Amino acid sequence: MPIELVLNVTLQGLLTGLVYGLMALGLSVIFGVVRVVNFAHGEMMTIAMYGAIVAFGAWQIDPLVAMVPIAALLFALGYVMQAWLINPFINRPEHSQFMLLAAVAIVMVNALLMIFGPDARTTLVDYALDSVEIGPLLADKVRLITAGLALAITAGLFAFFKLSRTGKAIRACADNYMGALTVGLNVKQLYAFTFGLGSACVGAAGAMMVLLIDVTPNLGPAFTLQAFVIVIVGGLGSMPGALLGGVLIGLSEALSGLFFAPSAKSMFAIALLILVLLFRPQGLLGKKA
Amino acid sequence: MTKKFTRRQFGQTTASAVAAGALIAGTAPFNIGRAQGRVLKIGSIHPRSGFQAQLGLACQRGVDIAPRVLKALGMNAEVEIMNADTESNVDIARSRAEKLVNDGANVLIGAFDSGQSAAIAQVAEQKGVPYIINVAAAPQITEQGYKFVFRNFPTAPMLVGDGLNLMKNVFDKSGVTPKTAVFMHANDTFGQSMAGAIKAMAPRFNLPFQIVETISYDPQAKDLSVEIAKAKATGAEMVMPVTRLNDAILLIREMVKQRWEPKVIMSPGAPGFYEGQFYRTLGKYSDYLLTNVPWYNPRAAITQKLLDEFSKTYKNELFELNVGFSFEAMMVAVDAFNRAKSTNGRELADAIRATKITDHVMAGGTLEFDAKGQNVNIKSVTLQNIGQKPKVVLPLDVSEDNLLLPMPGWTKRG
Repeated sequence: MPIELVLNVTLQGLLTGLVYGLMALGLSVIFGVVRVVNFAHGEMMTIAMYGAIVAFGAWQIDPLVAMVPIAALLFALGYVMQAWLINPFINRPEHSQFMLLAAVAIVMVNALLMIFGPDARTTLVDYALDSVEIGPLLADKVRLITAGLALAITAGLFAFFKLSRTGKAIRACADNYMGALTVGLNVKQLYAFTFGLGSACVGAAGAMMVLLIDVTPNLGPAFTLQAFVIVIVGGLGSMPGALLGGVLIGLSEALSGLFFAPSAKSMFAIALLILVLLFRPQGLLGKKA
Repeated sequence: MTKKFTRRQFGQTTASAVAAGALIAGTAPFNIGRAQGRVLKIGSIHPRSGFQAQLGLACQRGVDIAPRVLKALGMNAEVEIMNADTESNVDIARSRAEKLVNDGANVLIGAFDSGQSAAIAQVAEQKGVPYIINVAAAPQITEQGYKFVFRNFPTAPMLVGDGLNLMKNVFDKSGVTPKTAVFMHANDTFGQSMAGAIKAMAPRFNLPFQIVETISYDPQAKDLSVEIAKAKATGAEMVMPVTRLNDAILLIREMVKQRWEPKVIMSPGAPGFYEGQFYRTLGKYSDYLLTNVPWYNPRAAITQKLLDEFSKTYKNELFELNVGFSFEAMMVAVDAFNRAKSTNGRELADAIRATKITDHVMAGGTLEFDAKGQNVNIKSVTLQNIGQKPKVVLPLDVSEDNLLLPMPGWTKRG
């Protein structure tokens, strides 16, 4: 097998994996702090993708530019959802939270179906089909840009949690709920802020993803499942873990497609998940409960 | 006070109940026979949501437009269309078919997909309700000895046989003959049937090219970069894809990105390249691709009537084979109903079996069914995308445009 082929496929897997990582980052951030698993994660991403489609169709705004207002809108959606809908469920059993968010997901899918119909939609930007030559390698320009942005957003989020006062307060809530309440932190507001941040990540990922794949309302559940696989592999609640999980899944899909059968790509991703669950249940970078 | 219920009384009561039940059951079919017969209830079952939604909706357009056009053609019958969505899922297809029958459907029409059609066929056979398959190619569906299942669409071996023959005609006509090919197919019931047929039949056709690699992939894949990289590495001069719609878009998009320009891209008989969504998404990159498929006869008068009505009703939609075959399925049902003058399943099935329609939409001979319920007279044509529209380029007696090969490179397209 030619070495250029192996390197090209590895690069594609790496770039795709970084975008996967950004997609799963929001889920991990929300769980890490609020301890609620967002089962409407993929559907929120689909909403963001449709946001990018509308912005491009109506005003010719490039999805990479539209990413900023879309992330802001998704932040608002996440904030409101957490403050008004999810917060009353914070201390209820996990199955109640699951039912709530699964119901929200169903409502979102059907609302999108009613508004946009089942047809696949896409954005045809000028550079959508461009490639960049890097020595013997040929990289998809869109993947290269989105992977770079995914890294930048993750780094920015990491810096926010490490360096800003709000970030530190959110981490305090995640570490010690009672302690945070005792020192007078507004935990309810911080939870809503965190859910908003996670949703903004999903919004940014959705706006980028629309450059890579066509969107239909039914994409949501597949994204949710994929995000779960990634964060479980990387470690639920760990930000670097989400990125690592994304890269591992991206690489495993690419290399298994190359060396085995392309139709078995998903099987290898799931096999990786099973291995992690067996030998490191907390995920590769997750902390033991 | 309680009354004793003796064993004798129990026996008498049970016997009376059984006799009454048998009487009701025995006369029920006659009651149904008397009550029915004025309106034909057609259960139209297609994937209207999920990953095959666009294709299912195309089929649905053919069904919806049929009553008006058939009336204009003098095929008067009162028809009620009952719609069901398979959600692109085999199990849901089965349960929706059962519901349609329970709700009173006299005939079922559908379902675009082979897996879903096979599930519906089982229900139709079990319930004794005729099922007319509009689009589905897996050969086994009409090899089960079913008495209520009819297919007005070629089987995978028929598609492949016609497809490979037409390939040789394309090479002769254009003077472009590739020496190597990569066969890429979606890994679903249809894709596997086509792969099986190509493997079995290719040696018999003396093809001028060698298939150097076969690549199967998930039909719901969101990325085909690895598959295309693998195919490109073979250096093949031709790509033979068996796709659905979304994967066809991904496939060409990825070929453009990876700057792979084979001499010929020709489908041996599969959807994808000739769908409206394909043209809308890929624009100039959709041109020059070839597909050998059963298609409407553009020169038939009935096709023109249907085309006129279709373009009036669906201004932004493309008239293609899914519409044509779905219309013909409705035509078969109404024609049989008019002859049988009954909605009884067995009588309708007998009438469908005796179908002989010479003036119809799709290219090929008389629309009729053999003993297995298969129409064996359907013929494929070679379509080429020209000006972002599908045009018949071969055979010459039904052609609309000239064949253009070799394909210009991706970067040489304005």
